[in-house]
Amino acid sequence: MAAYLFRRLVIVALSLAAASVAIFVIIEIAPGDPASFMLGMNARPDTVAALRAELGLDLPPVQRYLAWVGGMLRGDLGLSYTYRAPVAQMVAERAQVSLPLTLYALALAVLIALPAGIVAATHRGRAADLSVVAGTQLGIAVPNFWFAMLLVLLFALKLRWFGAGGFPGWSDPGMAIKALTLPAVALALPQAAILARVLRSSLIDILSEDFIRTARAKGLSRRQTLWRHGLRAALIPVLTILGLQFSFLLAGAIIIEQVFFLPGLGRLIFQAITQRDLIVVESVTMLLVFSVIVVNLLTDIAYVAADPRLRSR
Amino acid sequence: MKTLALGAVLSALMVAAALLSFAWTPGDVTTVDIPARLQPPSAQHWLGTDHLGRDMLSMIMTGARTSLAVALVAVGIGMGVGVPLGLAAAARHAGPLDEVIMRMNDLVFAFPSLVIAILITAILGPGAINAILAIGIFNIPVFARLTRGAALPLWRRDFILAARTAGKSAPRISAEHILPNVTNLLIVQGTIQFSLGILAEAGLSYVGLGAQPPMPSWGRMLADAQTMVALAPHVAIIPGAAIVLTVLGLNLLGDGLRDRLDPRLERGAA
Amino acid sequence: MTAGGRHPSAVGRKPAPLLRIANLSLRIGSKRVLDDVSLDMAPGEILALTGESGSGKSMTALSVMGLLPGAATATGTVALNGEDLLPLPDRAMNARRGCDIGMVFQEPMTALNPFHRIGDQVAETLRIHRAMPRGQARAQAALTLARTGLDPAQVSPARYPHELSGGQRQRVVIAMAIAMRPRLLIADEPTTALDVTTQAQILDLLTGLVRDDGMGMLLITHDLAVVAQHADRIAVMKDGAIVEMGATGQVLAQRSHPYTQALFDASSYRPALAPRAPGAPLLVARDVVRSYAGARKGLRRAPAIRAVDGVSLTIASGERVGLVGESGCGKSTLTRAILGLEPLQGGSITIGGQPVGTPATRRQMQAVFQDPYGSFNPRHRVGRLVSEPCHLTGLPPGDPIGPALTEVGLSPEDARRHIHAFSGGQRQRIAIARALIIRPELVIFDEAVSALDVRVRARILDLIALLTDRHGLTSLFISHDLSVVRGVTDRVLVMKSGKIVEQGPTGAVFDAPQHPYTRMLLDAAPRLPGGA
Repeated sequence: MAAYLFRRLVIVALSLAAASVAIFVIIEIAPGDPASFMLGMNARPDTVAALRAELGLDLPPVQRYLAWVGGMLRGDLGLSYTYRAPVAQMVAERAQVSLPLTLYALALAVLIALPAGIVAATHRGRAADLSVVAGTQLGIAVPNFWFAMLLVLLFALKLRWFGAGGFPGWSDPGMAIKALTLPAVALALPQAAILARVLRSSLIDILSEDFIRTARAKGLSRRQTLWRHGLRAALIPVLTILGLQFSFLLAGAIIIEQVFFLPGLGRLIFQAITQRDLIVVESVTMLLVFSVIVVNLLTDIAYVAADPRLRSR
Repeated sequence: MKTLALGAVLSALMVAAALLSFAWTPGDVTTVDIPARLQPPSAQHWLGTDHLGRDMLSMIMTGARTSLAVALVAVGIGMGVGVPLGLAAAARHAGPLDEVIMRMNDLVFAFPSLVIAILITAILGPGAINAILAIGIFNIPVFARLTRGAALPLWRRDFILAARTAGKSAPRISAEHILPNVTNLLIVQGTIQFSLGILAEAGLSYVGLGAQPPMPSWGRMLADAQTMVALAPHVAIIPGAAIVLTVLGLNLLGDGLRDRLDPRLERGAA
Repeated sequence: MTAGGRHPSAVGRKPAPLLRIANLSLRIGSKRVLDDVSLDMAPGEILALTGESGSGKSMTALSVMGLLPGAATATGTVALNGEDLLPLPDRAMNARRGCDIGMVFQEPMTALNPFHRIGDQVAETLRIHRAMPRGQARAQAALTLARTGLDPAQVSPARYPHELSGGQRQRVVIAMAIAMRPRLLIADEPTTALDVTTQAQILDLLTGLVRDDGMGMLLITHDLAVVAQHADRIAVMKDGAIVEMGATGQVLAQRSHPYTQALFDASSYRPALAPRAPGAPLLVARDVVRSYAGARKGLRRAPAIRAVDGVSLTIASGERVGLVGESGCGKSTLTRAILGLEPLQGGSITIGGQPVGTPATRRQMQAVFQDPYGSFNPRHRVGRLVSEPCHLTGLPPGDPIGPALTEVGLSPEDARRHIHAFSGGQRQRIAIARALIIRPELVIFDEAVSALDVRVRARILDLIALLTDRHGLTSLFISHDLSVVRGVTDRVLVMKSGKIVEQGPTGAVFDAPQHPYTRMLLDAAPRLPGGA
């Protein structure tokens, strides 16, 4: 296990290094000079040059890359070109919306998917199974931002149970959670559909394993067999999918934030792109990649820890 | 069986609508008619009109063209690059080539796909071609992993041993014995990636990074509709429904094909 | 041990039956699986249920357990101690399964839950039926494991299944089945997946436990030799019906039913071998070493595993050589090395003086593999499959495929069909046709008949003997099955842990083995009375 962890950490470090280079290069070849963009079309060349020097844009690329990476390692994400504020501080503010939204959606998705998947797998071919299967098909096919619009139409505009968008801040947690509820539901639906599908099919596979028959031969009832022998094995692929889906959840959150006018990381990235605030784009993207890689590392470790056959390696 | 038929019908309907739009649409998608804006469905406009008075049915038909083309080419990129990589990795299992291919796969997988798609289109400029590229790149590791995963157990089968005793080279065995036995899986995954591509294109266009005017696109129709939801719900409901039906059709088609083509089931029936 | 007369039930007053199956019929969907099966088992008796695959043996066992597949409908009576089990609801059967009836399955590698410790899995049987506190159940489980030969001091109950060998896992399965001291034990091919020496130990363990606890055992096996050594009575099944039943010694001695006779003959079948005079050395292997990098342990690697460890052997032209050994002894690796498909870490292998692995040497040898279902690309037609080795020689003039198929007893028209249309035996015929189509010098039969039922196996062995004779082929016959190797070879090599430990003329090695390992193998192999 220790050796496995060490190997995984080396791979994670290499991935992060490669990702940082890739992001830096993409931003580097991007057309449009932030300095001239900030000063407008009519700026004098020497003013632009002065700003470039101030922003450090006149340094050679390798040096700028090292400065950027070195800063990130110290937790310094740089200064925003447009706002002249530390990027880390802006990210921290925006994360107060994006992070709770993602976790809220994840919790909803798991809460919906677990019972649905179990009921479907244990009632295979019957009405309950067929409705879960149909529901997951639909859930996967619905674009979450459209589902979000429908939710707004029904619950905000017609029924007026929720606001149509915006975020009041965390001073009143009740209001904050209420504001995040529709976005979280919209985000959770496709995720729940995927998880329920994976759980159903993995549970069906596990329930046809020899060791399930052995458990029945010992005298366990169907229900006992399911809980003691079936679920644990079936949840392992679900865990993997959960890790893989995390990046889709992030991407989904970015779009959903547009629908509900939520001041999260997605809005931050879009604003930064249109304003050529490249240091923000760079650092936020790197942060997102970092979180995806870390989540995948955690699911991989959980995967190995959950299976004694892998653990002893 | 029912799944397959329903999926095939829905998918065929969308393809037919897209193809028909080249020759004929009920109205003109470039003609702006402000007085006739936001009309509900009627005999004249079966699906109503949008905020510029354009015929919604015509917009949906032309939009199908964009969605299907973007997703299809993106799947083509993914398969064209990913499948050979997967075959090569499996043929050189545990060798340096396998290691390099799989690590590169992991790297692409680690990027939140839509974030990078947003990045690429934002940097290279929005547009259908860049959307295709952005979606296509993320299809590569999907097909490479799938192909490698399916090919590895095949390499351990006796019929591969027999082919090797017949003196056949690894590339030849990959083409002759491995590829035909993973085709079914590729078809099934292809339909799934196709439907994911349609969703991704819609998402990109919705945030303004996909197809640009005057090219109609379902995602942008939804973006345009967002502020009109309260006034005329049909402008938001119809393009979304078109996306759902297309994706649903493709997914059902994929599921139906899997049930039909799964070699495990084939053997079970024998 | 000898059959018969070991148990009081065989003589004297007949006690009330432990298990009575009367007029049991079973349908799965529209398919009739069991047809009017009736049998009685006395307490403490070992009844063997035997027959070929698909004869309904396992379905009979699952009917008793009440674990039939969902689509199955059973009629008749299955009574345990006078209580009919068939009409019982699942809830009532739960109380009997594992408590009154224990079951041991064929495949120890998959029968245990890989996520739970073995001690907990045995304790679960006790906890389910007795609501014993966890600690007490664990202690009891350790005792039960010890009874099955897994001394807690050596094999801790805290281990996981994957840390155990196949034989040890089967002992865990047995411990789970006997933990509640059931009156009836059902063992469904309990040793088929195991090596011959392990098989003997497990069978002795099972019969010992049965005698100690006074359990009845329904022993399901396709192997008549196992039946002969361990069962009091025998029931022979064919196509879902019992064709003959009686005391083991009597049934095997008289073989009054033609099917029993056919099974018996096929079980110890040896094809007629024409004498051969070996020629010059054809295949020469010298000090062959094939090793694999060891598993990663921490940051270091475990020492390399030598799958083939300095093997030297010579096969003369025209010779029929056997290679026997248990699973993991390295015989499959050696086979692939001879075929030029494994890189060597030492030594050399030549055929006709040329190092193997080149197209020229591949042309001189072909192989027939074990699995009739995995040996063919399911997407190709038989014609293309059979002619694949012609890749080495170019397609000969005329149609080589038709005659090749005719020679193995199929028809030229079969070339146009897909492989899934053929049975296991037919597939092995096609595999033989494929190996012989380019007329190689040496044919390697790698467990080529191991997956086949005995009667099919006998016919394939005949075909192999006939064709190797007709074409003057040199053959290397690799098998774990001693009786098969004995029947088709002139000379035999015995392999253990990557080394050849003994070799010599087949008759001499089998009749007077020199190496202790060979003696152990021969002693462990179950034998039919009057057979091989």
